[in-house]
Order: sequence, then C-alpha cells, then structure tokens
Amino acid sequence: MSGMSAIYTIWYRNVLKYFRMKSRIIGSLGMPFFFLVIVGFGLNSAIAVPGMQVNYVEFIAPGIISMSILFSSMFSGVQLVIDKQIGFLKETLVAPVSRLHLMIGQTLGGATTAVMQGLLVFIISIAIGVGLPSFSGILISLVFMFLIGLSFTSVGIAFASRMEDTHGFQLIVNFVLFPVFFLSGALFPLDRIPDWLSFLTYIDPLTYGVEGIRYGMLADSQLNPLLCFAALSGFLVIVLLLGSFLFNKIKI
Amino acid sequence: MELIKVEHLTKRFGDLVAVDDISFSIRKGEIFGFLGPNGAGKTTTLSILSTLLSPTEGSATVNGYDVLSQKADVRRSIGVVFQDPTLDEELTAWENMDIHRRLYGMKKSREKIDELLTLVELDNRKKQLVKNFSGGMKRRLEIARGLLHEPSILFLDEPTLGLDPQTRNHLWDYIRNMNREKQVTIILTTHYMDEAEKLSDRVAIIDRGRIIALDTPSALKERVGKSVIRIESSETERVKDKLARVDWLNNLSSHNGFVDVTLQNAEKRIVEVIKILNEVPIESVSLQVPTLEDVFLNYTGRTIREQEASVKDRMRQHRKVSR
Repeated sequence: MSGMSAIYTIWYRNVLKYFRMKSRIIGSLGMPFFFLVIVGFGLNSAIAVPGMQVNYVEFIAPGIISMSILFSSMFSGVQLVIDKQIGFLKETLVAPVSRLHLMIGQTLGGATTAVMQGLLVFIISIAIGVGLPSFSGILISLVFMFLIGLSFTSVGIAFASRMEDTHGFQLIVNFVLFPVFFLSGALFPLDRIPDWLSFLTYIDPLTYGVEGIRYGMLADSQLNPLLCFAALSGFLVIVLLLGSFLFNKIKI
Repeated sequence: MELIKVEHLTKRFGDLVAVDDISFSIRKGEIFGFLGPNGAGKTTTLSILSTLLSPTEGSATVNGYDVLSQKADVRRSIGVVFQDPTLDEELTAWENMDIHRRLYGMKKSREKIDELLTLVELDNRKKQLVKNFSGGMKRRLEIARGLLHEPSILFLDEPTLGLDPQTRNHLWDYIRNMNREKQVTIILTTHYMDEAEKLSDRVAIIDRGRIIALDTPSALKERVGKSVIRIESSETERVKDKLARVDWLNNLSSHNGFVDVTLQNAEKRIVEVIKILNEVPIESVSLQVPTLEDVFLNYTGRTIREQEASVKDRMRQHRKVSR
C-alpha cells in the first residue's frame, strides 16, 4: 500500500505547487489565448476547412488546447531537473519507496496540472464562440487530454533524467515542442498538404491527440477516433517505459 | 548492540578508490563522527549506508538490514540530512514535513510534526515558505524532517557546513538533544575538529578512503601525547614539593620558573591542581592539550588543511586522466 501513498504524495505536491503559482497559470494561458483569438479570428474568414462543417476558430480550438497541454506537461516532466538542482529529488530517492512509484506519481501529477491548464483553454474557447460539445463529447476530449498530458510528462521526465541543469530547456522548446505542435495538424487540415509534410504529421504523436479532441469537441474529425486512441495509447506505453527506464538510471 | 556493521567496504569510481576496505561498527545510542578532509570518502560511505550508492566490494548492514538486498527496510530505519539542502523552498516548513510524512506512509502525525518543529524552534514559522529561511533554519528543519518517521539512526553529512559560529553551537545543542531525548543513534561527518570532538562519543579519522584511527576523542588524543599543565611561579620548588605529595601527579618537571605537570585529562584536573597549590604564589597557569588535529597530523604526517589541498590535486589529475 505504500506504493499508492508514494504516488499520491508526488501527485499531491505537483497539484499543490500548481495552485500556488497563480501567475504561472495565467502566464501560460497567454499564448493559447492569442492563438485562438488572433490567429483564429484573423484567418477565420480567409480559410474554409475542407471536408468539415466548422469554421477556422472551431477547427483550431482542439489544437490550441492540445498545445497548452503539450507545453504544460512537458514542463512538469522537465521540472525534475529543478528537483535535482534544489536537492529535493534526493529526499524522495532516499525514502522507502520505489522509483517506479515516484515516476508514476510525477507523471500523474504533471498530467493532472496540464489537463487543468487545457480545461482553462477549453473554457476560453467556449467563451469565444466554439459550440459547447455534448456530455459524451466532453468525456472523449478529456480522455485524449489526459493521454496527451501523461505522454508528454513522461517525455519530459525522460529528458530531465539525462539533463544536469536547465540550460537544455530552450533546446527542448525550439526543437521538440514547436515542431511537435506545428506538425500536429493543430493549425491546418491533414489532407491537401505535400507528401513529406503529411508523413511528418502522421508520425507526430500529438496529431492523434489533436484529432481525438477534435472528434470529442466537434463530433467530426479527419482521423478515426479509435485509431487516434490506439496510436496515442501506444505512444504513451513507449514513453512511460522509456521514462521509467531513464528515471531508474538517475545517479546522484 | 551494534546498529551498523560494515565489513571490508570498498567503493571505486573508475580507477579512483573513494572508500578503501573499511570496517567498523556503530553501537546503539552513540554519536559517531567521521572526521577527515574533503574527498576522504566520508560522504561516499554515508551514501552507501543510506542505499544511494552500491558498494563495489564488502558488506554493510544498517539496523540489521543489508544495504543492498533490503533497501526499503534500511531506508525506513534511517533519517538523512544531506550536505546540500534537499527542501522544497516553494513550500512551507509544514508542507515539507507533511510531504515527508506521506512519503514514509505515516498516517496521523500532525502532533508529531508540531512537536518536532517546536523542538527545533520553528513552530512559529511553520506556515512560512522555506525560501525565506536562513541557512541555520533550513538545516534545523531538515533535522526535524529527518526524525519525523522515527528512525533509529540519523545521518548528518557536514551538518554545520557554511553556518556561522553561533548557529553552529546552537545546532550542536539540538543534535545532542535529539540523541538524548529521542534516543537516536547519530552518525555525522565533518571536517571540523571541534565539531567531531565536542559532539562525538567516538570518532573515526578517515583519510584517502581508509579509517586510520577510531576511538573516543580523548583516547585518540592520548595516543599522540598526554596533556600538560604548565604552572608559572616564583617558588617552583614549593610547587613541586606540594604536587609531589599527590599520588596521581607523578610526572613533574621544572625549568626556569615553570613547572610542567604531565597527566591525562588535564583539562578536568586543572581545578584540583590549583586547589592543592592554594597558598603557593602562582603567576599563571596554562594548559596544553593535544587536539584531534595533532592526531590527524600524527597519523598522516599532514594537517587536514594540507590534505584537502592535495585531494583537490588528486581529483584534478584524475579528471585529466579520465578525459
């Protein structure tokens, strides 16, 4: 039973710290908000989404929600580097709990706060005119939001396990987060794009998350939601294993 | 009863031998000090005993549990205060304690947290963020946290490093208090002579990964020489005469106005000696006691400070080689 309590403890610390840093919550809503309002409404009249009965703001809302979850969860994972630096990681590693449980707690905690962040963007998008989905649609969206959150927290933990300091953050933002976001079909439809680009979008795991949320929110998507679920779950299993493997190898 | 038993423990990092075939045991209830320069292997030994590092060779048991095969039991038996802080500064003192409590799977211990915070005089600051604490307060909080799950052994790695003298004295009091009141066996590492001497019941002097001497501080000092009370008097013959009548004062010598009395535990005997001389005029009394520094010097041919400089050289060389 101590495993559960360890997982809960690490989750609890993440959530506690999330609510404490109100400025960070609001700060990280900035970019999604501007994307939705400026890019969304700016291109709304210029772009008709082929094959879907939605306008451009509605089309990108799931993408922007995914973006905020992506960034937020990745940073929660990478927070581990800061725990290394402030020494708190040692406090947890010397406790009578297994590293696997610590890793699971961190993943759940990161995913939870990321999904909360995503829900705030969800609420903003409803407020600016995206239609309120059905109850089951909301549930489907939530499932995909959690899958994105869990996956990319694990990716963050995997990165953080190999990092010594925070210098690598900028590298991760520019060479991981932005490509993953832009290639995910968050901002453009998946067909009628060059083959090379199409290929990249299909190997981007976030694509399946965006499409899954799109199906939940708009009851319409370009990819089959079951395929999305399978692809994203598969990715989650891989990065969870990778994250736990690397976390296990952390030396202090 | 032996709480910790270490046999032929060796730890190598590549070709650097950090801990070199050491054996010792620690008894229940004692304060045990590891004294040695930086890089001597103190922290490595502590890391092995707290299961954070695996030994290359040899074995160690803590509270009867093997550090390799029974890690969780070892961890439950120990509290650790690391050399560098391990607090979450964005959380309050109380929250840091609370998270520790949860990590160790303890149920109700609100009173316990409050009691420990009172013990280290932080109870009136428990709702404040740790980032606003001074170095001494953080260290005290870490000690309280290390004791929360009621370990039988508390490890303190350089507990007063970087603290001012007043805070150090204060912290020593806390450590002694914990040892007495909570009956916790305490193992500390230090490169401060005075810390090892004032706190420890027994001291292991460690140098280049080896234990070169292990005993009580006074026994260690006696090994390198006895202490001397030097009495300055205009009537040295009378002084000698009076002292010679006392049977535990048999080692007397005098030279130009001084009488040297060589004996064990001179610092404890000095008052008696002066009482014996009550009517004899005395100009001055001085005490020469060997220090642990003398002990270190005697065994290694160097002072701790010199040794630290050479360890840095050695590490630099090692780094060059491994590149």
